[in-house]
Amino acid sequence: MELVCPAGNLPALKRAVDEGADAVYFGFQNATNARQFAGLNFTDKRAREGIDYAHKQGKRVFCAINTYPQPDGWQQWTRAVDQAADLGVDALILADMGLLDYATQHHPDVARHLSVQGSATSHEALRFYHEHFGIKRAVLPRVLSITQVRDLAKQTPVELEVFAFGSLCIMAEGRCYLSSYLTGESPNTRGVCSPAAHVRWEETPQGLESRLNNVLIDRYAEGERAGYPTLCKGRFEVAGETYHAIEEPTSLNTLELLPELRELGISAVKIEGRQRSPAYVSKVAGIWRQALDRLEGAPGRFHPEHTWMAGLAELSEGATTTLGAYERRWK
Amino acid sequence: MSTPPTLQLSLGPVLFYWTREHYAGFYREAADWPVEIITLGETVCSRRRDMKLDDWLGIGRELTQSGKQVVLASQTLIESEADLRDLRKLCDNGDFIVEANDQSALQRLSNAGLPFVAGAALNLYNPATLDVMKRAGMQRWQAPVEMSRDDLTQLIADCHQTGVSQPCEVFAYGHLPLAWSSRCFTARRHQKPKDRCQFVCQKYPEGLVLRSQESRDVFTLNGIQTLSSACQDLRHELPAMAETGVSVARLSPRAEGMAEVVSAFNQARQGRLPIPDPLTLVDAEICDGYWYGQPGMDNTRTGAN
Repeated sequence: MELVCPAGNLPALKRAVDEGADAVYFGFQNATNARQFAGLNFTDKRAREGIDYAHKQGKRVFCAINTYPQPDGWQQWTRAVDQAADLGVDALILADMGLLDYATQHHPDVARHLSVQGSATSHEALRFYHEHFGIKRAVLPRVLSITQVRDLAKQTPVELEVFAFGSLCIMAEGRCYLSSYLTGESPNTRGVCSPAAHVRWEETPQGLESRLNNVLIDRYAEGERAGYPTLCKGRFEVAGETYHAIEEPTSLNTLELLPELRELGISAVKIEGRQRSPAYVSKVAGIWRQALDRLEGAPGRFHPEHTWMAGLAELSEGATTTLGAYERRWK
Repeated sequence: MSTPPTLQLSLGPVLFYWTREHYAGFYREAADWPVEIITLGETVCSRRRDMKLDDWLGIGRELTQSGKQVVLASQTLIESEADLRDLRKLCDNGDFIVEANDQSALQRLSNAGLPFVAGAALNLYNPATLDVMKRAGMQRWQAPVEMSRDDLTQLIADCHQTGVSQPCEVFAYGHLPLAWSSRCFTARRHQKPKDRCQFVCQKYPEGLVLRSQESRDVFTLNGIQTLSSACQDLRHELPAMAETGVSVARLSPRAEGMAEVVSAFNQARQGRLPIPDPLTLVDAEICDGYWYGQPGMDNTRTGAN
């Protein structure tokens, strides 16, 4: 299984490659990718350097152009596709059907991967993308149980990449408009979720409050660990109870599922987190490299080491991890 | 003699889980409402089994006799082999056009050479995507819920230029469908696992309100689906919508007061505005922000956000 790691900038890309990533993925500095953060992502020059660095070590580089071209910005997205193709990336990670069609016609030789934002959750959906745009691989949304992944893997016409570690989107990716409902900006349109420009922190007599465009997302008592106000991870009141009504602040960690994912023929495991620091990427990549090497050495006897799990937990949101939807009872 | 209205009205699928009697009563009434199109079917959760495909087909045939165009909508989040089997049956129903709400449905319908309505969750944001849909057999399409009037105006104009002239439908009234998860949030509130949810969402014919800790309504939980807490109301925008080239305004069913809502929109599309506000009958805040390129929750008429 290939280890695919996030590269939010050149130092992160280099660290990921050094720590054993088989492939890294990056985006350009605009709304064409789903991690549009200030100070993040690549200029043409940096991308060239990064691709060169990775290729010299025999590693692959994917370019994420996985937001949805807006009515007034089609050329911005096609330029990104042309630019990535010119740079010699090993694959384009795309979500929009129009853009997939464009890439298929204009750059047929550059591999196309379906982004998780393309929301393909069945082998029939994968077949649609395969037949229309010849996708080579698809990244599966984080909504399927391991049994559902198994069923899908049996009949998939393309390679499968699954999320292994990092922030957990619990909505079917690509079909979540919660962020634009509160802020006007969404993953699909702007490549952002719960964007920082709309976040406000405030010390109040009731505690530390986090707000998103003035909507109270959470309130923390003295000594409670405060997290970024991603709108689906706050505490809300539903029918008289105040709790994490949608999801707790927690990260996905599928390390213990590795033998099963391998057996299902999953081609790649993906680490989320282009917005994370080079140090974070380096630590996560290092642990997963060790785990994958151990798995290949003796698949039948694989056990996640305590030090790996502890190391990953430390890097997780709320210092806790979950198997998410892979585990049926999470639902 | 009045001139025929330029905009058609459609009744979207019921997003909530009602009882059989509730659906039956609702559509009996709807048969007489001034809407041209009615979309039926369960789009949210495969565990909601009160209504079988045959039940929907039966209602569909009755509505056809009342002169309605009937559409069957597919489930938005397809997860299992069982979901795919149900989807195949829906697509192969033989009577009614299907609203495709995910690419599994697109695959099934386009391969069978069947025409379809392209649903809002397919993310149709640009002419190139709509051209792909047209080639696959699209007859009508829904704009993404988050798209603004300005973007839609440009998109429709560009589509006409590139030869995509299929009619566009806009979500004009109701709680906005904003997200789908494999987790059931209603069952979570009741501390039940999804597999043994005991169909608790049926207790909430208009969903379960999620509020901030300062008692502000934010979202509506509806099983695995998350909706807006406010009701989008674009009644005042119908003339602008028609001018933009929108063909159909979709009204999303609510448990109470829907006849008044339909009547108000029917008046509005004939230019009869302002009218007494029928929405005081239904207890929900109103939003229209998306249409104006603002956060969806905003209400430009009151300036509230």
